[in-house]
Amino acid sequence: MPTGIKDKVAILGMGCAKFGERWDADADSLMVEAYLEALSDAGIETSMIDAAWLSVAFDAINIGPSGIPASMALRLPNVPVTKVENYCASGTEAFRGAVYAVASGAADIALAIGVEKLKDTGYGGLPVRTRGTTFDMIGVVGSAPGNFAQLAGAYRARHNVAPEDLKRAMAHVSVKSHANGAKNPKAHLRKAIDMDTVLNAPMIAEPLGLFDCCGVSDGAACAIVTTPEIARGLGKTDLVTVKALQLATSNGWELQGSGWDGSYFHTTRVAAERAYREAGITDPRNQISLMEVHDCFSVTELVTMEDLHISPEGGAVKDVLDGVFDADGKIPCQIDGGLKCFGHPIGASGLRMIYENYLQILGRAGPRQRVDQPVLGLSHNLGGMPNQNVSAVAIVGLEGA
Amino acid sequence: MVGIAAFGAYIPRLRLQRASIAAAHAWFNPALKGLAKGERSFASWDEDVVTMAVEAARDCLDGRDRAEIASLSLASTTAPFADRQNAGIVKEALNLDDAVSTFDLGGSQRAGVSGLIQAIRAAACGPVLCIASEKRATRPGSEGEMTSGDGAAALLVAPGEGVARHLGDHSVSADFVDHFRGEGEKFDYGWEARWIRDEGYARLVPKAVAGALAKAGLAAGDIDRFILPAPMRGVAEAMAKAAGIRPEAVADGLAATVGETGVAHPLLMLAHALEQAKAGERVLVAGFGSGCDVVIFERTAATAAPRLGVSGWLARRKADANYMKYLVFNGLIDIERGMRAEFDQKQPLTALWRNRKTVLGLVGGRCTKTGTIQFPKTDISVNPNDRSVGTQEDHPLADRLARILTYTADRLTYTLDPPAHYGMVEFEEGGRMNAEFCDVEPEDVEVGRLMRMMFRIKAIDEQRGFRRYFWKAAPAD
Repeated sequence: MPTGIKDKVAILGMGCAKFGERWDADADSLMVEAYLEALSDAGIETSMIDAAWLSVAFDAINIGPSGIPASMALRLPNVPVTKVENYCASGTEAFRGAVYAVASGAADIALAIGVEKLKDTGYGGLPVRTRGTTFDMIGVVGSAPGNFAQLAGAYRARHNVAPEDLKRAMAHVSVKSHANGAKNPKAHLRKAIDMDTVLNAPMIAEPLGLFDCCGVSDGAACAIVTTPEIARGLGKTDLVTVKALQLATSNGWELQGSGWDGSYFHTTRVAAERAYREAGITDPRNQISLMEVHDCFSVTELVTMEDLHISPEGGAVKDVLDGVFDADGKIPCQIDGGLKCFGHPIGASGLRMIYENYLQILGRAGPRQRVDQPVLGLSHNLGGMPNQNVSAVAIVGLEGA
Repeated sequence: MVGIAAFGAYIPRLRLQRASIAAAHAWFNPALKGLAKGERSFASWDEDVVTMAVEAARDCLDGRDRAEIASLSLASTTAPFADRQNAGIVKEALNLDDAVSTFDLGGSQRAGVSGLIQAIRAAACGPVLCIASEKRATRPGSEGEMTSGDGAAALLVAPGEGVARHLGDHSVSADFVDHFRGEGEKFDYGWEARWIRDEGYARLVPKAVAGALAKAGLAAGDIDRFILPAPMRGVAEAMAKAAGIRPEAVADGLAATVGETGVAHPLLMLAHALEQAKAGERVLVAGFGSGCDVVIFERTAATAAPRLGVSGWLARRKADANYMKYLVFNGLIDIERGMRAEFDQKQPLTALWRNRKTVLGLVGGRCTKTGTIQFPKTDISVNPNDRSVGTQEDHPLADRLARILTYTADRLTYTLDPPAHYGMVEFEEGGRMNAEFCDVEPEDVEVGRLMRMMFRIKAIDEQRGFRRYFWKAAPAD
């Protein structure tokens, strides 16, 4: 049994660009925007960075191949830069690379930077792209909402939920995130909405309407990590350390095996259990202070509450409607607006989630700051589709917590 | 002795109401209103001569051992590939052995019956799966658009009497050009109907019928069912009369429900006749075009039921009054499809060859050790309790029913027939896959719904003129 990552690595600084339709900015500028904030927060100079990880998912339509674009944009001192891609979980993957480099002793200070420039495609939604030679012959090239919408029917069948009840719970998820996003100056969508707006929106992929879908945004986010000792040496107090970093990847059981019914994320359950074990968390519903989950679609957030063992199986609809995950609820979820409203620049999203948890734990989240001091923040970053995906869970918290 | 051992058909589910065609063109050609009765079949965007041929063949071969088939022919004048054997694609979709001899034929509207005659000659060497399929290409506003339909038929011609014993056949070949379609042309160019009737049908058909009757040792009065597809009204009746065949023997041309399906039509009508004919009835089928082919069969007492047959496919219908949809599905109007349609569908041919059984045959794997069934077949088993390596044998899934596990109706992804219905399906005996759905209505789609796989076009590479085929799930009838 590995000892795990708990408290071995501290976050020295973080930064996040303004997300949205950044017609003004190339991927380079977005990276610089996030990076300068993180650098200033960390109180270091570029020359002190030993290694870097760059996450981007749609490189073919934005920055192109390799780690070079980050090295050039940030003028890194010829350090190793590794580009990672793991669908929409890429951001957490970059963070994992940097954290592991520090934990191994290979680097004193490492950088994780995620970026995505999605608004150069000419159309809304995620770009259409190949999923590999075999997939293109026998797979289904659906849209992202179409892939995730399938959770709904399967969830209804499994838990015997009426369509209108599920639709209302899903709508509550989006209304809550819009209310949160309105308070976030860096968020892509900053307008509060009501239930009727969600329920009456045009259908995108049955039963997901327009407001059940997250924004497709340009953006970048960045983390600088080091050891707790070095952080203290640099004058940092109130350290936020990494408690757990877990990733579970589908091996085809859901898609090709038997037993999975399409109503939940097998990988998220696996990753969450591992992460809680790594962080020493035994009662997540009562120990986790707040969550940033992969709410690409309202229904994803809803079922994820169960997969993270926060809600009991079949209990997410009630918890959502009871306001458990509202900003003033028991465990706020997406207090920054989430993918839904902060936006979803793919390669940056996992880092953006950690950024919010980091700010909240340090009490630096401004008007959206959670009043009771958050101690442990969980982020859940998912890539792919329900039947074939990568699920990443990161838990950060105050040192010693 | 050679006979038809089994027969089948396919008629696309969509039936365009002729009144909608006439209404669209009334401003220009009000005369079309005279043809505006009933409905015609039309292929969905993801159907073509090959996919319809596969369905007709499956209808014919339902429950039979396909290993007996020695050769397969596909007759059409509208096959998707000019040089890539269309019959060869059908062979792969039916998961037939590589030793099966396959060939395409076309070039004339009588190619379906010509193929049947060749099958009769070749059957001594083993059963021949004789298929005719047509997806009509007609100019908008033409009479052909009103009278045509899309469809396919398949006959298994084999040694023995079968359900219909071969009594005789005769061919008359003549370069009578009632219409033609030059190389690279989209549509036919046709001559005056009255001339075709008086100098074409009236001179060539009776001669071919007389020849076939003579060879069969029959008199005209012995014919109980007379099949002569002709888009012009009254021609079949007139030819029967000229040949001395009883007027009540003239078979229904399916004009009101299907339309004239070109090369496929004689065989489609034959399949229909064989469903209805009683033992001892003599059925004469004629194919007209650059001459005339005639074959005569006698229905035996043997039973051979197609899976659905013409009557079953006729009942599996969706009336559609949307003429614009018909135009779009047939590529007759260049509709704005959005940037998502620009996705490059280039098919690596190397990968298609390696995976031909998976892609074209829907052949999965079954672990010989644990019995785990999966799609696609892989080196290492998907079974989480036993990762056996190299233990999988071929497991064909195309004819297994499946149930919907998950589904959506996607309005964002590109399809010519929105919304795109798709989801995961699980085969009843095991194995599952993510599949596009076809021939569905929103109310058809629910968790647990029983589905049947159909061979369809997956995507068209317009840049290179290639098309990808794969299997989709349709509501089981």
